[in-house]
Amino acid sequence: MSKRNFMDHALVQLTLMRMREFIREPEALFWSMIFPIALAAGLGIAFRNRPPEVLKIAAVTPRLAEALRQEKLLDVTQLPPELAQQFIRTGKVALVAEPAADGSVIYRYDDTNPEGRQARMLADQAIQRASGRQDPIAGNDQIMREPGSRYIDFLIPGLIGMGIMGNSIWGPGFSIVDARRKKLLKRIVATPMPKHYYLLSFLVWRMILLPVDVGVPLGFGVLVFGIPLRGSFIALVATCVLATLAFSAGGLLIASRVRTIEAASGLMNLSMVPMWILSGVFFSSQRFPDLVQPVIKALPLTALIDALRANMLQGSGFAQIAPQAAVLGAWLVVCFGLALRLFRWR
Amino acid sequence: MPGPTPVSSPQAALRVRNLRKTYKDVVAVDGLDLEIRSGECFGLLGPNGAGKTTTIEICEGLTEADSGEVDVLGLRWSSDAPTLRQKLGIQLQETQLAEKLTVSETLRLFRSFFHQGPGAEEAIRVVQLEEKRDARVGSLSGGQKQRLALACALVGDPDLLFLDEPTTGLDPQARRQLWDLIEEFKAAGRTILLTTHYMDEAEKLCDRVAIMDHGKTIAQGTPRELIASIGVEHVVEFSAGNTAVDLSGIRAMAGVRDVRTENGNVLLQVTELHKAVPGLLDELTRQAVPLTELRTHSATLEDVFVHLTGRHLRDE
Repeated sequence: MSKRNFMDHALVQLTLMRMREFIREPEALFWSMIFPIALAAGLGIAFRNRPPEVLKIAAVTPRLAEALRQEKLLDVTQLPPELAQQFIRTGKVALVAEPAADGSVIYRYDDTNPEGRQARMLADQAIQRASGRQDPIAGNDQIMREPGSRYIDFLIPGLIGMGIMGNSIWGPGFSIVDARRKKLLKRIVATPMPKHYYLLSFLVWRMILLPVDVGVPLGFGVLVFGIPLRGSFIALVATCVLATLAFSAGGLLIASRVRTIEAASGLMNLSMVPMWILSGVFFSSQRFPDLVQPVIKALPLTALIDALRANMLQGSGFAQIAPQAAVLGAWLVVCFGLALRLFRWR
Repeated sequence: MPGPTPVSSPQAALRVRNLRKTYKDVVAVDGLDLEIRSGECFGLLGPNGAGKTTTIEICEGLTEADSGEVDVLGLRWSSDAPTLRQKLGIQLQETQLAEKLTVSETLRLFRSFFHQGPGAEEAIRVVQLEEKRDARVGSLSGGQKQRLALACALVGDPDLLFLDEPTTGLDPQARRQLWDLIEEFKAAGRTILLTTHYMDEAEKLCDRVAIMDHGKTIAQGTPRELIASIGVEHVVEFSAGNTAVDLSGIRAMAGVRDVRTENGNVLLQVTELHKAVPGLLDELTRQAVPLTELRTHSATLEDVFVHLTGRHLRDE
């Protein structure tokens, strides 16, 4: 096949149209490239691992304050009792230590607040030691801060998954509805173009963009935060390709009949926002009640993110991520099948 | 690919028999018959809502008829759709082409759908968009967009061209430019079916016209035949300001076929202008009615439509 013939193939021309519409829309570039980096950088910095946190507490007598200052993890302020009360109520200190009439110490703190409980432990330990307590067994600390267990390691696979979902649903969905609204879809099916080429061009274009969709947040995570890539790279690529197909089929289904951008946006948000929350992009989906866990596990974004995390962080291969691949495959078959039945060209 | 199955005489490019299409409870096309000969420009003329677009879209294979027969170039949509698609050039009403593509990119895209036909550059030349070949579609004027839509219909070197309201919404200069293009297609021997609600467009471009109303053709023939069929060659229109005119005196004049009033003006359909105008002036002088306006025009397809339906084409 000569070069000219190849370029004049309908599928090539349709894919070129996808590409031109994308690169000539500056906002599309921003949302798909800059935004994921900005989000990862912002969250990576906000949730970076800090040195062990120093807890602010208050003591109402100089003697208590001095005893408490022996503990390096406590930041002790000496305050008059009324002011100390006000500080603890407004959360400026985690605990207030006061002497009681019988010589004991009163700790005022909120026991539902982890900081309060931790401050209670540290404060009591400092005061007991200052009063001469000897620990029967000495403990030596060995600190582990390994890549793979930090928040950013958890976050990057979530962002990659969210990006694949968003781009695959929005890209075809928006273009198809826009073309239908402008009667361009109707005009194109009035030509001899084989209809499947039109739909196929979206997939070809997504596959061309996939290295960018995935590579941008992944490269950023690896280069800037040193996140690990412990699993098979081929399994990682295969997971991303399967997910792109499944979500694109979802975008196709959403766009199969809708005539306005507003209605399409609504449907897309309706399908994507619950997954942003439930599928563990920003925090573990294990936090939701056991009752809804089967539902969460069946969501395509959960399957994708779980597979990405297993691959990148735990080094899982094809065999371990097979259940997630099955979930994605099921979504692909169901969405594509329904879309083919429901799709309207006008 | 299956070979074409001839089902009608070779000279008929399009043959429609007893076509019906109903949307919910609206009858869009109601037993329509048409025959378009190879090489002619045929016009479907009618007001908005007459069923023109539904008819042309059924012929284009975009809408399915409830009943009736449609033979296009001797082929049927049910059995020969892929072959037919290669042979037709289609311009739809209100298509917005991709705004971010350039003129030449758009044409190359459409050309890629067809087995054969002129290249994108050739199509650009035909519709005289050379200066705009690298301009984005979004930056084109209405007339330029419409010419690009025509070029998209031409890239497959079609045997039959469907144009649905090709000049609706264009300014007079852009309309005239588009007419010139369509005249060129005619001169090149292309078969064209166009719809319009402009009677001047139909008169200028079409070899034959079918006047449509409420999903039916109410008259069919050359523009000249149709105008002659109402037995009226001229229309005289006058206004007498606020003065009352005795119309019975005017009706009694020789050569006057019909008299009616419209927006305070009086319209006479007459056969012989050179006798009717002096007669009218005499009659008005006799009635002592002051004449504030007097116009005459030769009968048009508009007058045919009014004669047949009592309404104007552009009545909304």
